Amino acid sequence: MIREISVKTLAEAVCELCIQANHFLSPDMRNALARAAGQETSPLASRILGQLEENLQIAAEESIPICQDTGMAVVFLKIGQDVHFFDGDLTEAVNDGVRRGYTEGFLRKSVVGDPLLRQNTGDNTPAILHCSIVPGNQVEITVAPKGFGSENMSRIFMLKPADGTEGVKEAIVQTVAEAGPNACPPLVVGVGIGGTFEKAALLAKEALTRETGAPSELPHVCALEAELLERINALQIGPAGLGGNATALAVHINTYATHIAGLPLAVNLCCHVNRHASRVL
Amino acid sequence: MEKHIRLPLTQEDIGGLRAGDYVYLTGELYTARDAAHKRMAETLCAGGTLPFEIAGQTIYYMGPSPARQGHVIGSAGPTTASRMDKYTPRLLDLGMKGMVGKGRRSPEVIAAMRRNQAVYFAAVGGAGALLSKCIKKAETVAYEDLGTEAVRRLVVEEFPVIVVIDAEGTDLYGNLSG
Ligand code: SF4
Repeated sequence: MIREISVKTLAEAVCELCIQANHFLSPDMRNALARAAGQETSPLASRILGQLEENLQIAAEESIPICQDTGMAVVFLKIGQDVHFFDGDLTEAVNDGVRRGYTEGFLRKSVVGDPLLRQNTGDNTPAILHCSIVPGNQVEITVAPKGFGSENMSRIFMLKPADGTEGVKEAIVQTVAEAGPNACPPLVVGVGIGGTFEKAALLAKEALTRETGAPSELPHVCALEAELLERINALQIGPAGLGGNATALAVHINTYATHIAGLPLAVNLCCHVNRHASRVL
Repeated sequence: MEKHIRLPLTQEDIGGLRAGDYVYLTGELYTARDAAHKRMAETLCAGGTLPFEIAGQTIYYMGPSPARQGHVIGSAGPTTASRMDKYTPRLLDLGMKGMVGKGRRSPEVIAAMRRNQAVYFAAVGGAGALLSKCIKKAETVAYEDLGTEAVRRLVVEEFPVIVVIDAEGTDLYGNLSG
């Protein structure tokens, strides 16, 4: 049975999710931060993690965004193939939701309309929209506002098959080391391995929306995540880059088939304000 | 060491600050980030004067989220300082004495800091709600059309920062990550 969904319902949901994501960190992220605070040994790092927890509390209680960089709105739509949208244009509806969320929610407008001319669009549109068609008649919406302090320190590598797993590990650790204090650690490290140039980047971005610390279902990838988290935390970059154990809260790796000649690798860094809010219509 | 300092910074304050000191700032800060820096640089290149007297002042690299009714400002944490590196030595040579941001600085900036005896502080990135509580006043002083990127004069009270690079050029991040 085809299910009819008004794009206005979609816009409303996007609006609310933008506001929610920027004021309330999801429980998985809050728990990961609390765990890190419990394991920190350096006094300065503990003090900073304490400030981050206090910051989350103030944000939630007083409706102040967790971070002033309320990000560019990355929106994932998983659209059931038995859904029919009516009442207007889908992309326009998503942008309308972002526009309203960022205006009504007192969120920062951080988007310029042309990357070279750099005029602020004034309403944080357009969104970055990723749609996929899945079985069923539901629509899953995930809004992940992405700050650019950490986005700017993200990297893509077109490795060679001969570089192998070792090459992948080196590149990931190197990316985190180069980011140092700039990406607002403790980080969540989203990694995409395989596919094509753009597929690897999208895998890495999606990896950031995974429940923080939930391991990959693939045993060899799960082992890789654990090893990398340990190596990254051994860098001792620490909270705010001022030293300490908590350089990363989690490493999430997503993989996909690739070409015989290639080993694409994307490392999408996210700060401790790893925002994502979801809803199913 | 923990210190409480009044802004604007005096030469004596600056001389006493060391990388790693935890400092609470009270007084005036000016905000400027990418677009404001670009405009200031263009003004200077064209032989113009800056929209505020920068000599002796401290700039906070920050673009806030909008203030809700009854609030002085929205979320107000630091942005990445290295994006301002291209413009910074010139401002230091004009007498700017302090900077608040997050992240590393270039060797050119550090050299200009030593030459002019200035300090770079880090505020904790991603703690914008918490930091906003220390901001008691905010008014736009220039480039209003830039929205969040306008130049604002802030009055802060006990605003928590850490000295990352002192006037001798000692870099706390450098010491930590080699
Ligand atoms: S990197 Fe994250 S925490 Fe840091 S300023 Fe940007 S959005 Fe905020």
